[in-house]
Amino acid sequence: MSESDPQITLYRLQACPFCERVVRVLDALDLDYESRFVEPMHSDRNVVKRVSGKRSVPAIVDETTGVTMSESANIVEYLEHTYDDGGAA
Amino acid sequence: MDLGFEVTDLPASDHPEPGDVAPDFTRPLVAPEYWADASLSAVVAEGPTLLVFHPMDGAFPTTYMWNAIDDHGFAADVQLIGVSVSSPYEHTDLLDERAADARLFSDPDAGVAAAYGVENHLDGMAGVTEHRPAVFLLDSDRTVEYAWVADEWPAFPDYEAVAAAIDAHA
Repeated sequence: MSESDPQITLYRLQACPFCERVVRVLDALDLDYESRFVEPMHSDRNVVKRVSGKRSVPAIVDETTGVTMSESANIVEYLEHTYDDGGAA
Repeated sequence: MDLGFEVTDLPASDHPEPGDVAPDFTRPLVAPEYWADASLSAVVAEGPTLLVFHPMDGAFPTTYMWNAIDDHGFAADVQLIGVSVSSPYEHTDLLDERAADARLFSDPDAGVAAAYGVENHLDGMAGVTEHRPAVFLLDSDRTVEYAWVADEWPAFPDYEAVAAAIDAHA
């Protein structure tokens, strides 16, 4: 909504442990992100399907790198690889 | 309403009046597909906004208010933003049924109601404070152009007055 909006958007489900795992890594890396909460019912997650191709959460969109990604293990690996040594090149 | 008996009065409210700048706040803002924290100031920056405080989702005044707002087609001229104590899950259900093109803030502790002076401490629901029906037309810097706050329980907005205010300002 403004120029200072975070570059990373996290689609998440309240209390989803896979999502919380990603949140811990985002926080550990001191990354700014916007949380978008979606519905528990898979069929009600069209927005996630539209952005990521699947209805699973967590999913992130990183405007800085143009990366969109699902699956917490993949996301954690991506975040640590991209941001764990001084930020994106 | 002419019911032939007295309707319960609500205490006088100290709410923002036309010309005042409406208090800013940040709460989860629920759209049909997801919710995310948003500030009122960021929302109104997108254009003239009708800020509608209403009782908890499911209460008949809430249903009546959104049905009337839908019927008047206000969404064509202003952003429709609701506020109630209901959770984002309940707001999602409300948006499935009515409040076309609206987005709804979730304010479970009624802190926004306190900031706007529109609290309603519910009789018979211990510990529950919600928002009394209220409508504020805001321009893009949160200046109040029109304000109405219920002084009876229940009371409903004068939708023709709201429409006139929208015509005049939005």
